[in-house]
Amino acid sequence: MIGSINILDILKPELICAIVRVTPTHYLYVAGIVFCIGLMGVMIRRNAIAILMSIELMLNAVNIVLIAGGRAYGPKTYDASSFVIFIIAVAAAEAIVGLALILAAYRHMKDINIDDMSIMKW
Amino acid sequence: MTGLETEEILSAIVFYLLSGVVVGSSILVITLRNIFRSALFLLLAFFATAGLFITLDAEFIAAVQVLIYVGAIGVLILFAIMLTRRIQDPVAKSTTRSFILGAFVSAAFLFFLILILGKIYLPPFPETGADTEGITKGIGRMLLTYYLLPFEVVSVLLVGALIGAVVIARKEEARGGEPPEVALERERKDREITDSKPDGNGLEQNDRKH
Repeated sequence: MIGSINILDILKPELICAIVRVTPTHYLYVAGIVFCIGLMGVMIRRNAIAILMSIELMLNAVNIVLIAGGRAYGPKTYDASSFVIFIIAVAAAEAIVGLALILAAYRHMKDINIDDMSIMKW
Repeated sequence: MTGLETEEILSAIVFYLLSGVVVGSSILVITLRNIFRSALFLLLAFFATAGLFITLDAEFIAAVQVLIYVGAIGVLILFAIMLTRRIQDPVAKSTTRSFILGAFVSAAFLFFLILILGKIYLPPFPETGADTEGITKGIGRMLLTYYLLPFEVVSVLLVGALIGAVVIARKEEARGGEPPEVALERERKDREITDSKPDGNGLEQNDRKH
């Protein structure tokens, strides 16, 4: 029937199977949603530490994609896991330097509101 | 009835629980006004991500995730929040001036991402087989043979980041040859002056009221 939604059409067995059977695409959806949440946090938050936390969320989403991709490629491949270890190391370095920069900025201007950090604006 | 096995249903339940925790706590990280609470929810999101890694047979990565993200980076972020604690104001706005534009751009990004993900087809996960000896051995061999150069570069990067962080976060006074006692004393006087100032940015009055 056109124009009306039949509840039995929604609850088709194939659709239930597609939802319940976890495939790599499910992980990609989760990672994409988390990445966009992190992007939104970077864009809307005012506190510099909150922005750094949102960047960590985005890196985390990338790790989910890599691990799911490596698992989908085959159980005996370790490239994805090695990449994730590198990403975690780089994320740790980024967090250290970012927090040090935030502390230095805080010491300078007694505030870490990024709306006010405009002294380097052209 | 639908050809689903019990194992599949159980793994689906685990997956949806963990991903629900990841997505929900990520949303709380960016929406909560109290930055300390959002840091704690960030730790929860990292922890649930470690669970997702376990469902993908990556136990070693899950352990590394818990150790480095939840342990090291989480504690580092909490430290930074504590050190900049004085600016915490419960009534202040937590969003930037360009809030609407940023929310719109990232919502559009999410929309197109889901549009693209709906179009692609990926085959289901291959069977692991019975002889899973764990991925730790394979990762170790990979890191010391094929990825040896990136491995060494990462260690240089970590040393550089460590030294850079110390140089950046060190107090300015320590660099200028001023003795630390004098610097501390001067800083204490500075703080007294800013604290006793009645206007400033209005935070001190709020602190006293509550």
